[in-house]
Amino acid sequence: MDEATTVTPPANTGYDIYSALAQRFGDEHFVRQDTRTGMPVVWVTAERLIGSLQFLRDMSAPFNLLFDLSAVDERLRNNRQGLPASDFTVFYQLMSIDRNADIMLKVALDKDSLRLPSCVSVFPCANWYEREVWDMFGVEFTGHPHLTRILMPPNWSGHPLRRDYPARATEFDPYTMTLESQQADQEALKFEPEDWGMERERGESEFMFLNLGPNHPSAHGAFRIVLQLDGEEIIDCVPDIGYHHRGAEKMAERQSWHSFIPYTDRIDYTGGVMNNLPYILAVEKLAGIQVPARVETIRVMMAEMFRISSHLLFLGTYLQDLGAMTPVFFTFTDRQKAYEVIEGITGFRMHPAWFRIGGVMQDLPTGWEKLVQGFLDWMPKRLREYERTMMENTIFLERTRNVAPFNTREAIEWGVTGPNLRATGCNFDLRKQRPYSGYDNFEFEVPLAANGDVFDRGQIRIEEMRQSLRIIQQCVNNMPAGDYKADHPLTTPPPRERMLQHIETLITHFLQVSWGPVLPPNESMQMVEATKGINSYYLTSDGNTMSYRTRIRTPSFPHLQQIPALMRGGFVPDLIAHLGSIDFVMADVDR
Amino acid sequence: MEWLTPQWQANLLAMGQALVILLGAVLLGAVLTVIERRLLGLWQDRYGPNRVGPFGSLQLVADMIKIFFKEDWIPPFADRTLFVLSPAIAMASLLLSFIIIPITPGWGIADLHIGLLFFFAMAGINVYAVLFGGWASGNKYALIGAMRASAQTLSYEVFMGLALMGVVAITGSFNMREIVNAQADLWFIVPQFFGFCTFLIAGIAVTHRHPFDQPEAEQELADGYHVEYSSMKFGMFFIGEYVGMVLVSALIVTLFFGGWHGPWLPPVVWFALKTGFFLIFFILLRGSLPRPRYDRVMSFGWKVCLPLTLVNLLVTGAVVLLVPG
Repeated sequence: MDEATTVTPPANTGYDIYSALAQRFGDEHFVRQDTRTGMPVVWVTAERLIGSLQFLRDMSAPFNLLFDLSAVDERLRNNRQGLPASDFTVFYQLMSIDRNADIMLKVALDKDSLRLPSCVSVFPCANWYEREVWDMFGVEFTGHPHLTRILMPPNWSGHPLRRDYPARATEFDPYTMTLESQQADQEALKFEPEDWGMERERGESEFMFLNLGPNHPSAHGAFRIVLQLDGEEIIDCVPDIGYHHRGAEKMAERQSWHSFIPYTDRIDYTGGVMNNLPYILAVEKLAGIQVPARVETIRVMMAEMFRISSHLLFLGTYLQDLGAMTPVFFTFTDRQKAYEVIEGITGFRMHPAWFRIGGVMQDLPTGWEKLVQGFLDWMPKRLREYERTMMENTIFLERTRNVAPFNTREAIEWGVTGPNLRATGCNFDLRKQRPYSGYDNFEFEVPLAANGDVFDRGQIRIEEMRQSLRIIQQCVNNMPAGDYKADHPLTTPPPRERMLQHIETLITHFLQVSWGPVLPPNESMQMVEATKGINSYYLTSDGNTMSYRTRIRTPSFPHLQQIPALMRGGFVPDLIAHLGSIDFVMADVDR
Repeated sequence: MEWLTPQWQANLLAMGQALVILLGAVLLGAVLTVIERRLLGLWQDRYGPNRVGPFGSLQLVADMIKIFFKEDWIPPFADRTLFVLSPAIAMASLLLSFIIIPITPGWGIADLHIGLLFFFAMAGINVYAVLFGGWASGNKYALIGAMRASAQTLSYEVFMGLALMGVVAITGSFNMREIVNAQADLWFIVPQFFGFCTFLIAGIAVTHRHPFDQPEAEQELADGYHVEYSSMKFGMFFIGEYVGMVLVSALIVTLFFGGWHGPWLPPVVWFALKTGFFLIFFILLRGSLPRPRYDRVMSFGWKVCLPLTLVNLLVTGAVVLLVPG
């Protein structure tokens, strides 16, 4: 499928965007930075920030998707030659669907004046990102409509992602909980409509504020959303996240490049090795490792297995949220079949942590083809059955058609990616648009829908499972021969074959296994088309055994932020249907 | 033994029958909770409860022990009187309806002239259980559940009554025995097919069974009106729902499927078989359908079912008037 919907200039090369910016605002406001992120990285002064963002958003073939916004505490970073002086750097990553290109703007901040103008008026989805930066780094965004903590509890003190904030429990004072502190914590979680500019009553009617979650059958994890109800009509709602926050980005700064792999598994916990992929690919970019074709193909195969497994979980719970109790048992039977394959190959079910820097953990076991083929033969008739029994059911159609619809423009405005974006008819799949890990060698189609409603978001995932089966079939038929590890000094764990022969090899091996690999100082970024949307890892290496900063951009975060914009005026059952159709897990939102 | 006059014998027999039927109904309701789980398990490619006793047969005992020994908690913010009253209403109103069901020519508690009307009255009272429970709980989810329940039951009871008027018109009586006897040759399912369809739908709605379980809607309201109930008070709502299922199944059998009539087998077996069929149908329905949206349920009731029952009643009335005898 070579749709001509996207003009594809050689992606991310050249700095024509930089020149355009410099021409518009003056050369002195911009500094280029060379990185391995694969996109132009431009430092901009704080006073030209909003102007530049607006300029990029409004140019022809615009950068209209705010892909990511976060910050780096640069105070302890050694290798930053040629970069503007900065204590805290806030970065804005913009994406252009039309150009199939990205650009990153960085703003340097002094630690004594951590203040930036908010860009919520330019990109509505910046709202949560800016709250997260405030929460984690203490950078204030002037003009932000509601700058409060988002991941940490409201009465937390300190900004956890600062370098001087302790990372381990042993570095803190022992934790104590008194009755007073418990009550204070409880009190802090109380919802006050006035804080959010909500009225308690209008005219004759008094609104009901319904606290849905963090424990609720349809909240898909520890997710809370406060509804302002008039009868069953949702006047407004406020999603509240952070109950599943585990500080994965902080942990990345205290784990070796290698030992962080298992943590990535738990970001989107239904995605398994799909989570390893962007991290490993970004690390390999830093290290300059080229992996053998066999490794690429194995990775694609396992990632697609997990896409199917995740979509099956989606399908079951999505239908269950619509009141159908049976399908979830069938999809779990199918997931079990998928897990038998995954377990046979990786030795683990949900969190195999199986990809390695420069390869995978071990070669495919003997007889793997039969195992995978069994699954490939099993699935298609099941998918057909789901369509027949559920997707064509009249009640189901009534519940899903034209419920919580959004179009491509709104999707991009809110940073929606993945199947939810494609359900609006936007043909943007990274596996096609920016093939990684050898996806360009596979034949498959990108399923699209037109209405962007709850039904389309469900149907498109069934179609995606079919395409994933196609990809896996091609892996089975054409698995390249070769090694399962790259022959590179930074491959981790390093090959053992020559280790016992040479003392030098032994020393290198020992250092790499005990300390972990040391990656050259640079920055790299990799996005993948994960199960729920675009997942990316933006790594900053300071030439150490550990990452200096690991930014994990997850698809579910902006997807949840969009909920109020869609649900105003809807009914409670529509909200439940929409929640089911987003396909999110809270671990993927809170990290 | 002189006091044992024939009058007293009849009284004692009637009392014994009443006791057996009511206990049987409750017990059947309780057993159904387990049967439902086993059947759903069967249809969902899993086992269901099979650990307690041979084939899970003692699951009910385990459930009973558990539910009796749970803490019987009344929320401090609840309205105590109503909170305690509503499960009792839920259970009692449905159980009392059983007195009008003629099981066999010889079995049955009361032979009321207004048999059907008595059932409508009891079904009307049953709404209060949900309404009180939802209101007294002092819980927003319960309140929304109660709100849905009252709106739904009101709409569906309107045409539930009308759906049966065709049967009444043909028989010329509200008396259940006479209705059954009138079906000796032809079950009312044939002349009253639309009446049957609408009554079945209304029956599901009145018992809050899936897909009309809007008041509970686990995915939306986290169990709705009985979310604050625990222990045996919850148990009464829970068993009450199954008793309601038995009642509606028995009514369908009595009104449309000839009650105890049937060849070869004894009447009680026919009655049990037919009722069992509808009980299983109820369970299958739960296993197979998604839940429609609440406002759709309402508009379906008013815009489809009500006109259908009215047309059915008109046609039946015309036929009864035109065809002599």
